[in-house]
Amino acid sequence: MTRRVAVTGIGIVAPDGIGVPAFWDLLSNGRTATRGITFFDPAGLRSRIAAECDFDPAVHGLDAEQIARCDRYIQFALVAGEEAIRDSGLDLAVENPWRVGVSLGTAVGGTTRLEHDYVLVSDRGKRWDVDHREAGPHLHRAFSPSTLASTVAERFEARGPVQTVSTGCTSGLDAVGYAFHTIEEGRADVCITGASDSPISPITMACFDAIKATSPNNDDPAHASRPFDADRNGFVMGEGGAVLVLEELEHALARGAHVYCEISGYATFGNAYHMTGLTSEGLEMARAIEDALDQARLDGTAIDYVNAHGSGTQQNDRHETAAVKQALGAHAYDTPMSSIKSMVGHSLGAIGAIELVACALALTHQVVPPTANYETPDPECDLDYVPRVARERRLNSVLSVGSGFGGFQSAVILNLPREKTR
Amino acid sequence: MSEPHPRRAAVTGIGVVAPNGTSTDTFWKSTREGISVLDRVTRAGCAHLPLRVAGEVRDFDPQSAVEERYLVQTDRFTHFAMAAADQALDDARLGRPDTDAAPFSVGVVTAAGSGGGEFGQRELQQLWDKGSRFVGPYQSIAWFYAASTGQISIRYGFKGPCGVIASDEAGGLDALAHAARAVRRGTDVMVAGATEAPLAPYSMVCQLGYEELSTVEDPERAYRPFTASACGFVPAEGGAMLVVEAETSARERGAPVRATLAGHAATFTGASRWTQSREGLAEAVRGALHEAACAPEEIDVVFADALGVPEADRAEALAIADALGTHGRRVPVTAPKTAVGRGYSAAPVLDVAAAVLAMEHGLIPPTPNVFDVCHDLDLVTTRARAAELHTALVLSRGLMGSNSALVLRLGATDAS
Repeated sequence: MTRRVAVTGIGIVAPDGIGVPAFWDLLSNGRTATRGITFFDPAGLRSRIAAECDFDPAVHGLDAEQIARCDRYIQFALVAGEEAIRDSGLDLAVENPWRVGVSLGTAVGGTTRLEHDYVLVSDRGKRWDVDHREAGPHLHRAFSPSTLASTVAERFEARGPVQTVSTGCTSGLDAVGYAFHTIEEGRADVCITGASDSPISPITMACFDAIKATSPNNDDPAHASRPFDADRNGFVMGEGGAVLVLEELEHALARGAHVYCEISGYATFGNAYHMTGLTSEGLEMARAIEDALDQARLDGTAIDYVNAHGSGTQQNDRHETAAVKQALGAHAYDTPMSSIKSMVGHSLGAIGAIELVACALALTHQVVPPTANYETPDPECDLDYVPRVARERRLNSVLSVGSGFGGFQSAVILNLPREKTR
Repeated sequence: MSEPHPRRAAVTGIGVVAPNGTSTDTFWKSTREGISVLDRVTRAGCAHLPLRVAGEVRDFDPQSAVEERYLVQTDRFTHFAMAAADQALDDARLGRPDTDAAPFSVGVVTAAGSGGGEFGQRELQQLWDKGSRFVGPYQSIAWFYAASTGQISIRYGFKGPCGVIASDEAGGLDALAHAARAVRRGTDVMVAGATEAPLAPYSMVCQLGYEELSTVEDPERAYRPFTASACGFVPAEGGAMLVVEAETSARERGAPVRATLAGHAATFTGASRWTQSREGLAEAVRGALHEAACAPEEIDVVFADALGVPEADRAEALAIADALGTHGRRVPVTAPKTAVGRGYSAAPVLDVAAAVLAMEHGLIPPTPNVFDVCHDLDLVTTRARAAELHTALVLSRGLMGSNSALVLRLGATDAS
């Protein structure tokens, strides 16, 4: 018998969207959270804009020790995790801890602290033979991203399968996808899943500058992220974290939990083409969508909304449009497809999980979030991108897709439980 | 609980780039003979650091293993991964003509604990010494944890499921289990494993905070798990890649099945809570045995995690006894990694390679530098021990709290 997987709790730390109510307020009103970088002096960079979180960990319940020990991206995950667990109503004290897992994604992990301490030990880049005596006491926790899942598992006393997933910009979708399969295959009953990244630091901004992947719209940060618009010129860096509580459906129903939606399909493939380049056809992403639909036992015509990767680079938005048309056929033209990166930027590994929370909320509110800043159509991107204004719509099944460095293409299907179909 | 799986995952190819051998043959010869290659760190910029002993890969020439266009855009850890993947595919007799016709039937999954540290340090130096315009275009794809999976997928044209487990040491076994599950879900072949290169100066500095790290300066005394003088672990670089393939697919193309990945389970008991790892490791072993439909008495050899921290060694010895019962006191246990050090997530993958070779040769490799075992274990020391081996258990624990167990069976299962 197939085990079904429910989403019973969500939590989020996003730019101008800390906590689910604030996040949904941002999305449903089509506001943007992109601005000039304030975390450091970005002079000299080509892209000097980002979607930053005004996040004070103390305000959100972390104690002094947690704040000192945990990198910013882990703080995001802890805060989002608290919200998600509270929201789920799960009493972890009565759960069998060996049946509770953690699967969290991150693309760049502890880079911000790695860079911070590097500057100290290298005398600002002057020494190859770095001086260990200048390093901070928690540097080893930034060395490997395994700290992310480990810290969250310790906080919630999970003892089942615990893993950090790091597939670049598809990390969020993949981490949730792994969690979905973990429960479906019977290796856990509950999984705390999601993703987190805090990449707004000189080294990460500089390395995307070097390949001109980020937008140079420094003069108008609020309108800089322009997915699918003809005038798009790169993504705007973001940061944040999102956590979803996944639960075997019967387990959730038995305790009377609120079920946001089910996750019913997940697939990922490589394009085997280029680490950063994309084909114009998008066949591998199409294949991921088709495989996810098969798992969900859904036809493409059942998809009511596509939550796009929509990074706002020229090649991505063309690639993705082609992939969705390939997978959904003519139905693609009747299906709204939007990119919330227009509002919250692209937080690398975190964004996939943030987008899945957006999908769960879209299903809950029966509202499609818009693509902010969309003004000028691009003939090569000819789908319905939900320009600027959120739209009410009957939503039963939604698709979220992601694409990332390494050539990875991932797709996740979420749907209202068939018993609750609208 | 998981049911037995109709699509069994088999190991059909092995590739190794390790401190004690940069091919499977040289690795096995050195492992079998118990030759320790732990030595003083010789990498540039490390001499002054209070971490004196490591397992360095010294006879590896990236230029001869990896094409120039990949070399410039990748870190040393990816050079290891590409070279090991090459060997594994050769070993499995899988070439481009075999996979080009069905690119989606071959996927890649790696574990990675520390990413491209040397490449990253170089680019950080450019940024902070000279300025952001001096950061090269490959930093974004060389440093990140997914580099090896992506580059292997591109180099061979593999479009199947691609994954990256960035967990601690135990993530190496989890990556192999991930491959086995992808095979059960319908992918024919997964190239799976882990390689690490954590010995650049800044990477070394990052590890100094690990309280489990050995700082002993004598290579023969630096890493001695299960002894009264256990003083922590020694880091290493290198790793292994395997070809994990559906048994049916191997049979169809006439490729020998070297072993099957019969069962796996993973648990978590908290970072550096080594006493608690006893319960977590035992639970992982029970889960792996259950999935493999394997009785404790069927385990012929255990490849131990062997952290080298007294509290952790005790927990592991007790976990083996807890999970295997009285058989736990009789079954031979070995830890050949004392010859090379612990290459983080690559360490258990090397152990899996060694376990397959041990079963094939009917020979349990010894645990170098360990003579005076102070736990109730039949640890194979000094020299290799001949034994008929059908089933092996590989254990791994990570510094961040993961415990993982994998059951391997020799050769093909019955076609029934």
